[in-house]
Parts: sequence; structure tokens; C-alpha cells
Amino acid sequence: MFESLSYLALQQYWWIIISLLGALLVFLTFVQGGQTLIYIIGKTETERSMLVNTLGRKWEFTFTTLVTFGGAFFASFPLFYATSFGGAYWVWLAILIFFVIQAVSYEFRKKSNNLLGAKTYEWFLILNGLFGTILVGTAVGTFFNGAMFSLDELNHVTWETPFRGLEAVLTFHNVALGLSVFFLARVLGSLYFINSVDSDVIADRSRKQVLYNAIPFLVFFLYFLIALLLKKGFAYNPDTGEIFMENYKYLHNLLAMPLVAVILLIGVVGVLWGIAATLLKKSGKGIWFAGAGTVFTVWMLFLIAGFNHTAFYPSIYDLQSSLTIENASSSHFTLTAMSYVSLAVPFVLAYIWYAWKSMNKTKINEAELGSEDHSY
Amino acid sequence: MLETIDLSLVNWSRAQFALTAMYHWIFVPLTLGLTFIIAFMETLYVRTGDPEWKRITKFWMTLFGINFAVGVATGIILEFEFGTNWSNYSWFVGDIFGAPLAIEGIFAFFMESTFIAVMFFGWNKVSKKFHLLATWLTAIGANLSALWILVANAWMQNPVGMTFNPETARNEMTSFWDVLFSPTSIHKFLHTTSSGFVLASIFVIGISSWFLLKKRDMLFAKKSIAVAAVFGLLASVYTVMTGDSSARDVAHTQPMKFASFEGLYNGSERAGLVAFGVASSSKADPENENMTDFNMVIEIPNVLSYMAYLDWNAFVPGINDLIKGNPKYGYLSADEKIIRGKIAIQKLTEFKDAKKAGNMALADSLKNEFMNPDFQKNYFKYFGYGYITDAKHLIPDVALSFYSFRTMVALGLWFVLLFILAFWFVSKNTIQNKKWFLRAAIWSVPLAYLASQAGWIVAEVGRQPWVIQDLMPTMAAVTKISSGAVMLTFWLFAVVFTILLIAELKIMFRQIKIGPHKEVGGTK
Repeated sequence: MFESLSYLALQQYWWIIISLLGALLVFLTFVQGGQTLIYIIGKTETERSMLVNTLGRKWEFTFTTLVTFGGAFFASFPLFYATSFGGAYWVWLAILIFFVIQAVSYEFRKKSNNLLGAKTYEWFLILNGLFGTILVGTAVGTFFNGAMFSLDELNHVTWETPFRGLEAVLTFHNVALGLSVFFLARVLGSLYFINSVDSDVIADRSRKQVLYNAIPFLVFFLYFLIALLLKKGFAYNPDTGEIFMENYKYLHNLLAMPLVAVILLIGVVGVLWGIAATLLKKSGKGIWFAGAGTVFTVWMLFLIAGFNHTAFYPSIYDLQSSLTIENASSSHFTLTAMSYVSLAVPFVLAYIWYAWKSMNKTKINEAELGSEDHSY
Repeated sequence: MLETIDLSLVNWSRAQFALTAMYHWIFVPLTLGLTFIIAFMETLYVRTGDPEWKRITKFWMTLFGINFAVGVATGIILEFEFGTNWSNYSWFVGDIFGAPLAIEGIFAFFMESTFIAVMFFGWNKVSKKFHLLATWLTAIGANLSALWILVANAWMQNPVGMTFNPETARNEMTSFWDVLFSPTSIHKFLHTTSSGFVLASIFVIGISSWFLLKKRDMLFAKKSIAVAAVFGLLASVYTVMTGDSSARDVAHTQPMKFASFEGLYNGSERAGLVAFGVASSSKADPENENMTDFNMVIEIPNVLSYMAYLDWNAFVPGINDLIKGNPKYGYLSADEKIIRGKIAIQKLTEFKDAKKAGNMALADSLKNEFMNPDFQKNYFKYFGYGYITDAKHLIPDVALSFYSFRTMVALGLWFVLLFILAFWFVSKNTIQNKKWFLRAAIWSVPLAYLASQAGWIVAEVGRQPWVIQDLMPTMAAVTKISSGAVMLTFWLFAVVFTILLIAELKIMFRQIKIGPHKEVGGTK
């Protein structure tokens, strides 16, 4: 089935999958966003425990999606994996270390004799929420603004600054995306609390947080989006592979792919509707609208970064070293084999959905925390 | 390009990877085995309805959760370190190596993380049967993830199912099934996972023995031992069998590794197996510190030949045969391999230069020469040797491999005996009176970890200097970065992992002291 597809079609198919994984990851950062709010929304020990426990049942999805995002990127576009992870060393290691401290914090926080004390583990969660989101968002910003690397004839990377990727924070457009992801994660985290915790006090405080975080989110995101559509982009000639700068490249991409533009718009409206329904109608379902909206929006942003002959990981040091879905991908054979593997993804999503629904049938409450067999 | 890479960078990068892998491996084998033990226990609960089994299941599940968290924390670093510290490697073989990592994420990690949440939090939310299914799926998910990462590791030890593409300067996959079902990957998967089952069984027996010594929760402890003894006995016998076939596979695919963990310098027919040896202060080669000699050697005649080739008389090559060459048995010298490797690299460079200069006729002809089956077999096969500057770099640390191998094997045999005794005493209901055995069982817990780590030292130190056997040495695989940066992250990880390990142990010991919950089938 996949064997008959052209190389380019397989590369596009895999860019769609990578983009979807990236989009799901951003949605799932509601866990990170929620973690930064445990002291703001949870005023008592019990309230904090409810928040930590409701996030604690989902944190592994975010973590696993991040790992799978890395693995799938490696399998489908290994040159990106080699170039970015090896090159932007400090950025990725910083991201990783902030995820390492998250991984133990849920399990260890309330256990007796835990060496560092509950507060430290709570701070680990807050730091993961803060830096995990901002750094991932800023790193993705370099997909549109470029990074400082060059490749030799054997495709070995040399990074051209001693800061190994940290210089991305000097470009405000990157940081704007990082802050957008951070505030969006907090909005989504608040929406998730409203949906999953059985407490009016927590719902009221979460609603306030939806408002307080939606405003900076919109400011940074709209700035990011508008600046993106007005800026020069990194295009390539499909016949020669030559990279060149094109005015309004990302705007052109949207116009060239009207379906992408429509879905992006639906996504943005979904996020806004999720926020508005929560604030105005006091709905508890905001997370689903905002969540789906986030997935659509981010998915389409990734598509305009890599489709329509655009370099998805441009080099601003040596333009011709820029990575495109055509020059950075695995072989036809590997993409074909992996495409068969991808057929399992709907099945995986189905059982995740089923397990999620079974576990979230009832909201978490104080009584349950006392009686639960395993709690964080 | 390689001239600019200093050895301290390579060594720090190796140290960082070894640190992460060894820390990760403290937690993984317990996860692999304990999930199955928990699944057996819960199955007994669902089948018999006896709430005591539920209590037992929950206790071991609590310890599982504490261990699992640090396993996850250390695992994420490993996956990304292939890119961060071995970026040249990631491109050179990413076309093959990336696939198992992606499949691991898609199939195994999601299964594990989805059902682990049901397993921990679903007791009162889903039906008994669905909960049991979730526990089994967690066990299967954990072991599936081991399958894929071990397939990836096995491929580095024995690269198959691929061809080199000079256009992209990388290896490309030609057969997914060859990669998945290579004998090396099958042996590695079976041996590694079954050793995890052994470790987890000893963990359960050791901790249960502590309860028996303290005369606490006697029924709980004996039932736990019964499950772990049966599982452990089967797993340990299987580990010995798969260890034997793994060694044979190594003898064929990585003869230098085989010779070094056997401490075999001069090959011979009817080679004997060294059961015991003490490192001597003299070196087999005074110029190479890796070449430790051994005194007080106890050797069993002919056994090594049989172990390697199932033939009591077969010739087993030693380190000197592999370095100096042995024409009688068809072994090329290292110097010859280095020359052939350099020719292969040179041809690739000429091809790249011709392409860059736009001389397509020359480029095509060089490419054809490069892809010629004879050139592939006689020159490209030794591609990685072209990066080696001195033949002595081809010899791994013999003493470390030798002792690690013997530690693993000796302890493995002790574990078989331990399980037989545990099974015997528990079935006679006399185990609580055998204080010496209970103490030995407790002390066997750290020994199981030692054996497990030793196994990986044999596998990984023994294959040095190769990242990909014969094709890429570590010095060609490493990310070009300052060694100071890697040194910094090494220490950062060392501190973070050590703190996490101490926290984990403290929590674990406290939970063991607290013991299983008193109310049968009740709550915390």
C-alpha cells in the first residue's frame, strides 16, 4: 500500500504525523500549565493534593508524547534529530532536565522519608511547568526563525555559537511563541481543573486563572501569528533544493493551502470558544473545545513550517544547510515501513480514549483522595 | 575532520552515556520482572477472590511505582542522548536506528503509561477484569519497550538489513525483518528480559525473607516467595540457556569481545574455558594497558571451543590473532583492515568531491566502484577501521570484561540454586526456620543488581571502540562540542541521578518497613 507512494508523498505523510504529535504535545502541556498553578489555585493542603492527583493521572501522557515525538522525529527525519539535538545542546538538555525532575515528583511528593520534602517536589513540578513549556515553545520558534548551524558534506553538524541553541532567546519572535505556549498551558490546565475536580472553590479560582492567562496568551500568540504572516520565510526550489528567502512566505503558504488556513482558523476559534464558554456560560467542557482547538492550531502551524517547499529547520548561518522535509528524511524504505507502523496510531488513540473516559467518569474529590488505593 | 576531535570529548561523552545507561538499568530490570509478578498475583486474586492476594498485589505495586518513576526519569535522557552527544552517529545510521525508537514510543510507552494509570488508580473505577487486563498490559508494554530498544542495541552490535548510500553518506534500511529478527536481537531480548525477571524475583524473595526474619506478615511473605520462586526458577534456567546462545552469537559476530571477556590472547584449537583467573601486574603487551595478563588460571579443556562453535576441536581466535592476523584460519590483521577502511573512506571522499565539483561522470563512476559487491565485501566492510589510528585501540579493557563476565555467570548460577532452595523450602513450609537462607536471600538482592550491571558491562565495554561494529568507532560518532560542556552535563546528571537514587532507596526502605496494609482488601 505505502510502497506505491512517491518519496515526496511519504515525506509529507510523515511531516503530517510529526506535526500532529507536536500538536498533541502542546495540548497535553495542560499538565505543565496546571503544575504552575497548584499554589495559586490550591490554597490548602487538601486542595493542592486534589490538583496534583488529577494532573498525576495524566502526566505520563505528556511525557510519553514528548518521548514519542523525539523517537518519531528520529525515525522519519533523522537529520533534524542529529542536527538540532546535537547542535542546540544546551536547549535540549535544559528541557530534558526539567522533565527528569517532573518524572519522580508525583510519585515521591507525599511518600514519607522522601529526602527532599514535599515542597521541593512541588517546586520541581512548578519549574517543569514554567521552563518545560517556555523552552519547548522557544525551540519550536526556531523552525520559523532559523538556527546557527552548518552541515558538512557528510551532514555532520557544526554549531556556530558557543551558546549551543540558547541564543534562540535573543529573537523575540521565538520567545513570544514560548510564552504563548506557557500561558496557553496555564489556560488549558485551569480548564482541566474545572472539568476534573469536584470543588466549587477550585472551579471559581480556575475560572479566574483562565481569564488572567488568556489575556497574555492572546497578546503573545496574536503577535507571533501576525509577525509570522508578515515576515520573510525560508523557501526552497523543489527542482534544485536551493534555499532562498521569500517575502511573506508563511502567508503565501496559508494562501496556497486553503484547507490548512481553514483548519487553523477553526482551531483558533475553538480555543477562544473554550475560553469564552468557560467564562461566560460557566461550562465545564471548555477543555475539550480549547484542547481540540489547540491541536488543530498547532498542527497547522507545523504544516506551514514544512509544507509548500518551506525549510522547516532553517539555518541562518548557512542558508544552504537548512533542513527540508526532502533533504532531512529517512529513506523511502524506512518511511514505508514506518508508515505501516503508523496504522496502529488510531488504535493507540482509541485505547487511550477508552482508558481516559473510564478513569474520569467521576470527578476527583476529597473523599476519593482519602479512600484511593494509590495517591500522589 | 576527525583530527579536530579530542579524545577527552569522546571519553566524557562515553562516560555520560554509560552513567545514564547504568543508572537507567538500575530501575529497568525490576520493572520488567515485577510487572509480571504483580500480574500473576492479581490473577490469583481475581481467580480465587482471596483478598489476601489483593493485599499482596498492592504492596508490590507500591514498590513498583516508586521504582518506575526513576526509570522513566533516566530513560528520557537516554533516548535524546543519541542526538545530543552522538549526532554523527544519529545521521550515519538514523535511517535504521530511529525506527525501533519510534515504534517503542508508539506501541510500548503508550500502552505502559495508559494502563499503569488504570492499574494504580482504577481499583474502584473499573471492573476487576478490566483492572487485571490493565495490569497485564502494563507488563506487556514494559517488556515490549525492552524489545524495541534491545533490537536497536543488537543492531549496533551486529548491523544487518541495510546498505550504505554514498549519496546521503549514511546507511539505509533494506529489510525491517532482518533488523528485527537478527539472531543477535533475539538473543539479546530473551537474555536481557529474562535476567530482569530473575532480578525481580530475587527482589521479591529477598524482601519477603526480611519479613520472615522479623516474623511479620508471615503468610504474605510466604505467598510472595512462592510466586517469585516459581517465576524466578523458570526465568533463571532460561537466562542461563539464552546466555549460552548469546555467547555463541558473540563468538561469531564480535570475536574480539568474545576473546576479551574470555581473556584469550592466543587462539587455539580445542580451546579451554578459564573458570577462574587473577589479574597479574604484568601486561600481555607492555604498551597496552588494556591487555591484562592472568595468573592462577583454572582452565577446563576444550569447553571454550564447544561454547563458541559447538565443536570440541574448533579454533577460537584470541586477541593476538585478531590484531596480528592469522592467515591459517582466515583472520586479517588489524593493520590490513585499517588500510582497507581508509581506502573505503577515501573513495567516498573522492565521490563527494567529484559531486561538489560538478564532475558527474567521475562521480558516477566512483559511486559504481563504491557499490561494487567486491568493494563492499572487501573494503566497505572495514569502513570504521579507517578511523582507527592505532591497532591497539581495537582492544577493549580485557580485565573489566573478563571479571564482569565471570561475576555475571557465577552469580547467575547461584541464583538458580537460590530459586531451587526457595521453592523447596516454601513448598515444605520450612522456609521461616531457615535463617541462613533468609539472610542469603536478602544479600542476594544487591548481588542481582551487580550481576545485571556486569552483564551490560560485558556487552558494552567488550565491544569498544565500536558504536556500530566495524563501521563506526566512538570517535567518529560523537557530537562536535567542547569537552567542558559534556563534562558539565556529566556532573549535573551524576548529581541529579544520585539524589534521585538516594530518595528512591529511602522511600523504598520506608515503604518496606511499613509493610502491606493491615485491612484486607481495604484502603490506605
